[in-house]
Amino acid sequence: MDILRKIGVTSVAAALSLAVSSLVSGVPQAQAFPDKPVNYIIPFGPGGESDITARHQQSFFKDKFGQDLVIAYKPGGGGAVGWSQLNGMIGDGYTMMGINLPHIVVKPLQKDVGFKTEDITGVYMFHYTPDAVVVNANSDIKSLQDLIDYAKANPGKLTMSGSGKGTANHLAQVRFDKMAGIKTTYVAFKGTGKAVAALLGDQVKAEWGYTSVGAKHEGKVRLLAVAMEERHPKFPDVPTFKELGFDLVSGAYRGIAVPKSTPEEVRVKLSEMIGEINADPEFRKRMENDGMALLDVGYKDLDAFVAEQAKAYEAAAREAGVIK
Amino acid sequence: MTGLDYLWQALTPLNLLLALAGVVAGTVIGSLPGLTATMAVAVLVPITFSMEPASALILMGAIYTGAIYGGAYSAILLNTPGTPSAIATTFDGYPMAKRGDGDLAITLACISSVVGGLVGAAFLLGLAPPLAEVALAFGPVEYFWLAVFGLTLISALSDGNLLKGLIGACFGLLLACIGVAEISADIRFTFGSQVLLGGIETVSALIGLYCIPVMIDLVATPDRHLKVTTESKGFRLREALAESWKSKFNLVRSSVIGTLVGILPGAGGSIAGLVAYSEARRSSKRSESFGTGEPEGIQATESANNATVGGGFIPTLVLGIPGTPPDAVILGALLIQGVRTGPSLFTENGAIVYTFIYGLILATVLMLPAGLIIGRYAYKSIITIPKALLVPTVAFMTMIGTYAIRNSISDVVIMIVLGVIGWFLNRFGFSPSPIVLGLILGRIAEQGFVQAWTIGAATEDLTGMFFGRPISLVIIAFTLVSLFYPLIRKRWSMTKGAVNAD
Repeated sequence: MDILRKIGVTSVAAALSLAVSSLVSGVPQAQAFPDKPVNYIIPFGPGGESDITARHQQSFFKDKFGQDLVIAYKPGGGGAVGWSQLNGMIGDGYTMMGINLPHIVVKPLQKDVGFKTEDITGVYMFHYTPDAVVVNANSDIKSLQDLIDYAKANPGKLTMSGSGKGTANHLAQVRFDKMAGIKTTYVAFKGTGKAVAALLGDQVKAEWGYTSVGAKHEGKVRLLAVAMEERHPKFPDVPTFKELGFDLVSGAYRGIAVPKSTPEEVRVKLSEMIGEINADPEFRKRMENDGMALLDVGYKDLDAFVAEQAKAYEAAAREAGVIK
Repeated sequence: MTGLDYLWQALTPLNLLLALAGVVAGTVIGSLPGLTATMAVAVLVPITFSMEPASALILMGAIYTGAIYGGAYSAILLNTPGTPSAIATTFDGYPMAKRGDGDLAITLACISSVVGGLVGAAFLLGLAPPLAEVALAFGPVEYFWLAVFGLTLISALSDGNLLKGLIGACFGLLLACIGVAEISADIRFTFGSQVLLGGIETVSALIGLYCIPVMIDLVATPDRHLKVTTESKGFRLREALAESWKSKFNLVRSSVIGTLVGILPGAGGSIAGLVAYSEARRSSKRSESFGTGEPEGIQATESANNATVGGGFIPTLVLGIPGTPPDAVILGALLIQGVRTGPSLFTENGAIVYTFIYGLILATVLMLPAGLIIGRYAYKSIITIPKALLVPTVAFMTMIGTYAIRNSISDVVIMIVLGVIGWFLNRFGFSPSPIVLGLILGRIAEQGFVQAWTIGAATEDLTGMFFGRPISLVIIAFTLVSLFYPLIRKRWSMTKGAVNAD
């Protein structure tokens, strides 16, 4: 009982012990990095896709680098609470935090949320969950063209659920409406789970979801199109928007950032480590099975990548009225 | 019974051990204010990677069940709901403890939790696939009306103090608006401060509003914390069992309410407990004594909140949509193990599902002895520890607990500020419950309203959206009854009084 009780406070203890031990040992820059557990902070609650991915990475990290990856949660403000505190943490490579696009672009543009996109030192973007248009399996909308036809015949009446506002789902809806010349109504839900429940319960006609929705609810939903460069290996029959003539490649991108004070060589090292996990065939298989699309943007290319994505997101967010 | 052959797989020594360890650990964690079921389960996830899926599920389910029950301890002994599920437990639990019946209250809570857990698990076992449809039939507008219904319970719960109850609820609704709005992503009422960006976390508000005033009063008055009777009365199990048998209908009704509310993703144990509590009060012969230490109140809440465990697993396992926050974590752990949830889980992976359900039942049964013993220990320590030791210990725990929820020091500050506000409000006759109800239900109501309005406006049928759907109409009817019930009762007793006067 005593042991289990201790486990109960591990999350607190881990954070404390990590802080203390890094104070005591100073900033060791040995070749042996990492020589103690690495703290991995998820700026969302447990159970979400960021958490599940981190859990996948956790076991591969331990196998490859011999140290534990300790996952802690710091939810609040749609991630803003965590990101605004990131640069105040100790930058020795033993603290890293999950980052998400478009969140880190859109949030600071809305209001002062305590951080700017440039303040975040990303070291790797490892995957994205591509946006996808999803309908209930029993819907008479069979293809993306059906959906466009319906929306054209009934402007504004096509309701589409999605996760949150100013999110990948929402911005994809705004961009697609413009490309296809249609007007649909976006209904924001708190998280993908509730957006899917609304679709399955026929509360809405369609959903702006992710490929992962198709993986999780196989047989109950139909994907009409995915916002990827190429078709997703798990859904070889679902066309991309590009094939259908819409230049839409988007989704929720996930990566890892470190405090600004983290030395250059440690940033590079962490970037290589995450890349190594991402390259593992077993890891890739698991991720693709969950509907993710893997991505390899290392430390050197990350700023350019974020800047490029930011342009499209900012334009869509302005269009959507999320940024005033 | 379905899949009875899997019962034997659930009964392996390892699974028995996991169920027992899980329940014990969960009870202890749940009893500490701030350490929630979600956190307890999340901490366990890495440990479960190396386990068989069914065993992992049993361990997590047992911890979850134990934690929901454990929340009753701090509710009864410290007037602090350890989890939102236990809010209504404080109404009668703490008065009982004050008058020296804390041991009876804890034993009652234990029996009720076991009954509720078993009823919830029975529904999960027998009726999961059809009941999962309930989760889907509930659209945004139903959640909106459900939250409004929950808010009207304030009028029933604050007898004679309706105005103060309503003011408290409004304060709670305002608190709910702080931070980044869940749906519109607007940033509201932060006054430029990043501390408020994350909003008011429900559990830290619970700890602040309920626990801090008790701590301040303990320090400010020379009396003992709880009345102590000289002779030890043991578990008072016989008394509790008799009491439970007397209100068996209450227990079953509350458990069914708990299961049904548990099925709804986003409703949660707090609503289940409150609805069951107010139903128990409405139908009780002793409704006058509710709120002053009425055993039926504890029985209703505790059976309902433990029934949400089984209820919540229904959409989680059948639809892959988590019924409660701990379910979301468990679902994630299952995904990592490569287990796909969905209707096929029950047919193709029957071995996992049924072994787990029997394991959950097993854990619930084990909760009876484990819960009684831990409860006895908790009660004894709270009444025997001198105040000078009790207050700092509890105060320390509230800070650790509040910090641990989101690893956030701001939450601790908010908790203390709310605690001081709560203490002042208490002195002017405002109770914390309407504030907390406003905080929890305000968010659900707002989301439901905005979504329902958006869909209704898009389909050009706003009236039909809000007043034309059968489930909504039923909830609205309940709301009206609940709203006017105090009035009806008053008139009723007045006419009765008039007859008597003749």
